This record gives sequence, C-alpha cells and structure tokens, in this order.
Amino acid sequence: MTATQETMTATTTERVDSVSAAAYRIRHHALTMGEVQGQGYVGQALGAADMLAAVYADQLRFQAEDPHWEQRDRFLLSTGHYAIGHYAALAEAGIIPVEELDTYGSDDSRLPMSGMSTYTPGMEISGGSLGHGLTIAVGMALGLRHQGSRARVYNFLSDGELDEGSTWEAAMGAHHHQLGNLTAMVDINALQADGKTDTVLRTEPVTEKWESFGWYTQRVDGNNMAELLQAFDNAAAQAAAVGRPSVILCDTKVGRGVPLLEDREKAHFMRIEEHEWQLCREQLTAGYEGKASR
Amino acid sequence: MSATTALKGTKLKTSAMIASFADPGQKTASAPFGHALVKAAQENDKIVGLTADLGKYTDMHIFAQAFPERFFQMGMAEQLLFGAAAGFAETGLVPFASTYSVFAARRAYDFLCLDSAEPNLNVNIVGGLPGLTTGYGPSHQATEDMAIFRGMPNLTIVDPCDSIDIEQAVPQLAASEGPTYLRLLRGNVPTVLDEYGYTFELGKAKVLRGGNDVVFVSSGLMTMRALQAAKALAEHNVDVAVVHTPTIKPFDAETVLAEINTDRLAVTLENHSVVGGLFETVASAVVTAGLGKRVVPVALPDAFLDAGALPTLHERYSLSVQRIVAKVLAELG
Repeated sequence: MTATQETMTATTTERVDSVSAAAYRIRHHALTMGEVQGQGYVGQALGAADMLAAVYADQLRFQAEDPHWEQRDRFLLSTGHYAIGHYAALAEAGIIPVEELDTYGSDDSRLPMSGMSTYTPGMEISGGSLGHGLTIAVGMALGLRHQGSRARVYNFLSDGELDEGSTWEAAMGAHHHQLGNLTAMVDINALQADGKTDTVLRTEPVTEKWESFGWYTQRVDGNNMAELLQAFDNAAAQAAAVGRPSVILCDTKVGRGVPLLEDREKAHFMRIEEHEWQLCREQLTAGYEGKASR
Repeated sequence: MSATTALKGTKLKTSAMIASFADPGQKTASAPFGHALVKAAQENDKIVGLTADLGKYTDMHIFAQAFPERFFQMGMAEQLLFGAAAGFAETGLVPFASTYSVFAARRAYDFLCLDSAEPNLNVNIVGGLPGLTTGYGPSHQATEDMAIFRGMPNLTIVDPCDSIDIEQAVPQLAASEGPTYLRLLRGNVPTVLDEYGYTFELGKAKVLRGGNDVVFVSSGLMTMRALQAAKALAEHNVDVAVVHTPTIKPFDAETVLAEINTDRLAVTLENHSVVGGLFETVASAVVTAGLGKRVVPVALPDAFLDAGALPTLHERYSLSVQRIVAKVLAELG
C-alpha cells in the first residue's frame, strides 16, 4: 500500500475511535509521569495528546524496533518541554517501554524534562531552544529529497514559537525550496511562559501569515480527532517531493480531557496537588469512557 | 589631515570588500576553498554546499558551478542556514555551510551549538572575513569569533595560514566526525607553506623553522607574517623559530609547550582579539602545565576596530611585519 493510499483512508468512526484511544492512553501516561515528578508540563501534554496520537497512531511510518530505520518519516519535536507528551506517544508507539515512563525527569533517565535526541530513542532532535525545529526540518526535508527518499518530515511547534524570527526564515525557505515533503503542525493553545499569547506578543492572524508565506494552510480544532485526521489526509493528498509545504494549525485547550485542569487558571507550568493526580486520571477515564459509550 | 584635505592630495586607500591581504607580487591561488571543496566532493558524494546569500563572497560559487544539484541557497537567513545544515547532516549528508564569520558566530550561535555541536554532527561552518580581513568595520570584522566559538563543546576550530592549509584542511574537515569551523581566506589567497615541507594535519601544530632567540607561535594569516618577520629579524641578528598551529581546538599543547618551555622569548601571533583566541589558548596551556613562562601577545586589541584600508589597519593594530619586528626588538631590549 502506498503512503497516499494509507493516509487517504476515510476518517471512519473506527479509525477515529482507534486513534482517540491512543490519545487517551497518551494522556493517562502523561498524568502518571507528572505524578512521579510532582510537576511537569502536564497541561501541554493533555492539550497536544490528540495531535501526537494522530501522528504516531495514524500518520507516521516507522519501525518501533529500529528507531533509526532509514526510510522512516521524521517527527521533530521543536518544543522540548512537550517531551512528557512525546515520551507518552513513543511508549504508545512501542518505541520505548511503558515502564520507562516512570523515570521521566529523574537522574540518569533517558527521558529528560526537555527532549533531546542524544538521550531518547525516537527523538530526532534536541528541542527546547524554541524556533529551531522548523529550520532543522527544512534541511532534513531537503536532504531526504536530495537522496531520493520518500520519507516525510513532520515538525511539531507551538504558537509561542511563532514569536521567533527563525521560524519565519524557515517558513520562507520551505516554500522557496518547494518542500512538499514537509508538514508543520502548530499547537495553538494561546498560552506561553509569561501569559496568554495575545498579551505576550500578538501572533494572529496566524492562518493568513502561513498562507502568505506560500504554505498549504489548514486550521482545525486540534482536540477533534475527526477534524485532525481529515486535515492530515488533505495534507497527504497534496504532498509531493516538489510542492507546497503543509501546515496544520491546531487550536487546542491546555489540560484537555481533565475538567479539573481545563477549568484551572492556565499557566505554562501548572500546579497540581499531590492528592489531585488520581482525581485527574479518574476524570480523564470517566470522560473518555463516557464519550466512547455514546 | 581632514578627509577633504586628503582628497586634494594623493589617491586615498580604500576599504574594498574584496581586499586581498596578499603582498604585491606574492604567489597566490584563486579560491582555494571552492576548488578544494569540489575536489573533496568528487570523492565523497555526501558532501553538499550551503550558503546564506554569500556564495560569491565565500568562494562557494565554485562548488555551486561544479555541483549545482548539490548546492543549496538558503537566503540571507543564517539561523535557517545552520539549522538546515544540521538537518542535512541528520540525513547522513556532509554539509559545508558558508557565510561571514560575524554572522555565524554572533547571529547563529544558538543554532550551531544546539543543532550541530550537541548531537556532534558533521556540519562544517565556513566563515569568511575572520579577524581583521576587511576594512568595513565591526559589522563585518569577526575579531572575536574564536573567543565565541572556543567555548562550544565538540567544535573543531581551524585557522589556516594560506592556500596550502585550506586545500589540505577541507578533505580532513569533511572526514572528521563532529562539527568544524574554518576561518576562511578567500579570493586570491597567498601560497606560503609550500616552501617549508609542510603538510596540514588536523589537530597538529608544526614547527616551520627553528631559531635560538625567539619562538613565534602563530595561526592563520599571522603565520605568514611571522615567517616574514622572522626573515626580517635575521637581519638584526635575531634568530626566530616559527610554530604554526592552525588547529585552535583541539589544541596541540604538547608540540607548542615543548617549544615554549625554553629560554627563548615566546610570542603568540594571531589575527584575532587578544581576548579568547590563540594567546589565551597558549596561556592556559602554559599555566596548566605549571610553566612560569612569560608569553607576549601580538593580537588585535580588545576594542571595536576602525574602518579603512587593510594595510593601514594592519599597521595600526600591530599585525604588520614592521610592527612585529619592532615589538620583538623592544622586548629583547
């Protein structure tokens, strides 16, 4: 089956349910990891879990037992602090063992708080200094195409990273070099370190910006799996070695899936009390099972 | 004398961008980096060339003409240039990415440090106009590039003297595993070291000539000046040894310290600020080894330098042969 056929599979209920189940497990993992540390970027992981599930459970071509498989698609996590969600997705994908998630952020762990390629199997780059991911993705997409590879490059970035000038250097470069093998996904949770994005540095209108940079631009509810999968399908349908790069702008909600956290005052580094972790998991499961039974 | 007065007199010296520091009538080679990269690329099909709108000014255009399909123009966007270079290397290619040293060291540091140096990728930075090789002033003069780059783990730093150094260094940089930084000499580059039975070896210092009174430890184009100064000092009955250390990091302390640990006057010579370059590299090696030895620096001052014509500026800032000779004679009393 070709990549196009794979990704052109209709967004059937079965497919949506299957990827949503993966998103649920990623959220559950993230809460457990957060509890071990007593802190962490749990709010972001919950918000981005659907995007990560769509990538790892539906889109990405990889071999779990061989993270360096040459023909793999590349997923570049630019936002290093989202590593908690990424590790959960890597465990879901079978690239790292689920049990290892308990070591998140601990001394000598392969799973540091901020994601680094030198530490973790399946982690393609060292993110964390924001605004790097898309520049590396441009070189990777060019390098893969130059060598005749059909692999695609996905870069996960956040709306905060749109503050960085390098992101736009890369956006221009990707369009100039017609990188049809590159897909960017932007988590628009409207929150960054010092507060709400529109009070820190106004990035809107985001859609128009990407369109004017020549990208095939879609904006979706990043917590709606059917919409997400449809957007990936649309992007895949027009993907080509030489063509327009694609961006999927995903509006997400920090803490998504756990009402206790969804309603809490939004913060880059969310405080969760010791007794609340179990409650969070119960709310997550209740919400997921409630939805699944509907 | 005011500029207006000067205009009435003789023709002014200019700060032309493509100024060569070669002496009149000196043997030179044209674009040695570009030709060396083409040669290396003929033998290694993983080599690719990138630039940030400075291909013509870093001799990368020679490679672009020879291998248009292996050349990638990244635009005047140095963060993209070096982020993308890391991306190329992640796919198994061997990028050489060129811009001016000021833009690589000052503007793109974060991208070099985290995207290439931390994962130890084979990304080769090619920096034009290192030190004082342009009269354009501080925007273009990378007087502190080595100081900036020396603190970056995993990065190899090469400061070549001439066309021979560059021709021989390029394939070795391509073959070495981690990231490298080459202080590019471009255009018509002097050919000097062929007279000394010299070969470039990455990570090695070489004694180019012996001498009983003074030992020069030099890198980059200052090795050329050191050799010229040594000849001039011979006329003053001063016998000067010259040690060329084109690899600044990792530094060949063993060879250099063996030469320094004598009764001779020790002088370092570099086309770089006195802060953080060759002088401090040697000084730290000397102290670490516990040698109570004085070392005299010939280097650029810790200052933003003037704009002007290169010969004027080299004289003003002590890089000229005349200034070196005067300094050594003064030191010897």
